[in-house]
Amino acid sequence: MRGQEARDQAERKAAMATLAQSSGDDIVRLWNEAGLPSQAELLRGPETGLVTLRGRIGGGGAPFNVGEATVTRATVRLPSGQVGHCYALGRDKQKAKLAAIADALWQDPAHRTEVETRLIAPLRSALTAAHEKRRAETAATKVDFFTMVRGED
Amino acid sequence: MYVAVKGGEAAIANAHSLLADRRRGDRSVPALRLDQIVEQLALGVDRVMSEGSLYDRELAALAIVQARGDMIEAIFLVRAYRTTLPRFGYTSPIDTSAMLVERRVSATYKDLPGGQLLGPTFDYTHRLLDPELAAGAGVAEPVQRAGQTEPMPRVSAILAREGLIEPDGDMPQDHVPGDITREPLEFPMARDIRLQALSRGDEGFLLALGYSTQRGYARNHPFVGEIRIGEVELELDVPELPFTVPLGTVRVTECQMVNQFKGSAKAPPQFTRGYGLVFGQSERKAMAMALCDRALRASELGEDVVAAAQDEEFVITHSDNVQATGFVEHLKLPHYVDFQAELDLVRRMRAEYEARENPAKAEEKKEAAE
Repeated sequence: MRGQEARDQAERKAAMATLAQSSGDDIVRLWNEAGLPSQAELLRGPETGLVTLRGRIGGGGAPFNVGEATVTRATVRLPSGQVGHCYALGRDKQKAKLAAIADALWQDPAHRTEVETRLIAPLRSALTAAHEKRRAETAATKVDFFTMVRGED
Repeated sequence: MYVAVKGGEAAIANAHSLLADRRRGDRSVPALRLDQIVEQLALGVDRVMSEGSLYDRELAALAIVQARGDMIEAIFLVRAYRTTLPRFGYTSPIDTSAMLVERRVSATYKDLPGGQLLGPTFDYTHRLLDPELAAGAGVAEPVQRAGQTEPMPRVSAILAREGLIEPDGDMPQDHVPGDITREPLEFPMARDIRLQALSRGDEGFLLALGYSTQRGYARNHPFVGEIRIGEVELELDVPELPFTVPLGTVRVTECQMVNQFKGSAKAPPQFTRGYGLVFGQSERKAMAMALCDRALRASELGEDVVAAAQDEEFVITHSDNVQATGFVEHLKLPHYVDFQAELDLVRRMRAEYEARENPAKAEEKKEAAE
């Protein structure tokens, strides 16, 4: 049970990370294509505020404050009772609301698979593709040093 | 007596509508869209985010266009906007070793794990203006290279294995990071607070100070151990969830400066470090920040404080360009009453001076006046 709970939490967090990184437009498009229910009671927000971003001295030392970033959050309750949350960088209120509904639906056993396959999976594969493209473009700028060998061994 | 003077309302309103007109410029030229600024003036946007101390590309782009490209004015706008928003909390510290790296170079190790990745750099360009760009020529897709990327440990970890470099800056376990947006500056300050001030400091000011350390004012023999640019994930601890909530990713630039140090009574000879971390892609700023961070550690490392870059109060109190511009630019606002008082004072002093230097003439003047 303990292990299952931890796995659930990790999966839920991964889904929230995917939603936070995706654009509002992509979420809306997939939402409509999947025909996911968007009926929910807003308990909080969507509202925009600030988080203070922290770094570490020297990269791994004591934390320090670097600066602020805009974040929009929302909390919703489904008619079936599940409460969902979203916190995402930026000021896209519609995205925050939909992502909170997605988080609530994810917790509903009747909707989890649908949310994972119709919404999270395509968003995740688009993000992965974009990351891989960026990685490959950066890799092409890697310096391959060579040594000028004089004489023969 | 204080005399208030009113007036100029119509002049101010008309000046602002004139500003709006000049900002827009020739109406036959298409208006800039924010996404064009975000995409094509990306490093300007990054500077406004870094010194405005607010990570939000679209707001920075809006500030740039509203300020007609005046960067300090744009930074001022962003700072003002920040104050209107509530605070949700402090993120978990970012992990730059887990960065999706877009550029990573080291000037100290040729063959460091993960390699040298030049990324989208101005380095090695010929700095020749490009007429094709002016003509709006198309741009080819960048080259890709497939294959696994190796992990990229921070370069400081490599030197640390031999014990030849000081560790990452630690603070006592119970130390809560200071926040200059909440508490007023106090000197001397801890390194964490200094870094916060430097990260939002004016690039030009920090660049000049960093340059001064290279030219011999607080010389400390720097090497770029590593610069890395890329995206890191942000997470926030919130009470309503049993795990830290992922917020998305931000692009940052990190600079690890490695400096010579001959050792002291307290520490053996080893390399010391300066650290830079800023929003967006801005390696000049990150390098300048790291140079200043190291110079400002003079007292901590038992060095003589002899140069401007080592003077904490001088550097930190003058590094904020919004404060600097506010105080310098306020001089142009009406000071009529102050100036009248000064004028009166100078007139009296001049009369006294003349009375001392030339009593006969002064007497004449007095009589004429009477």
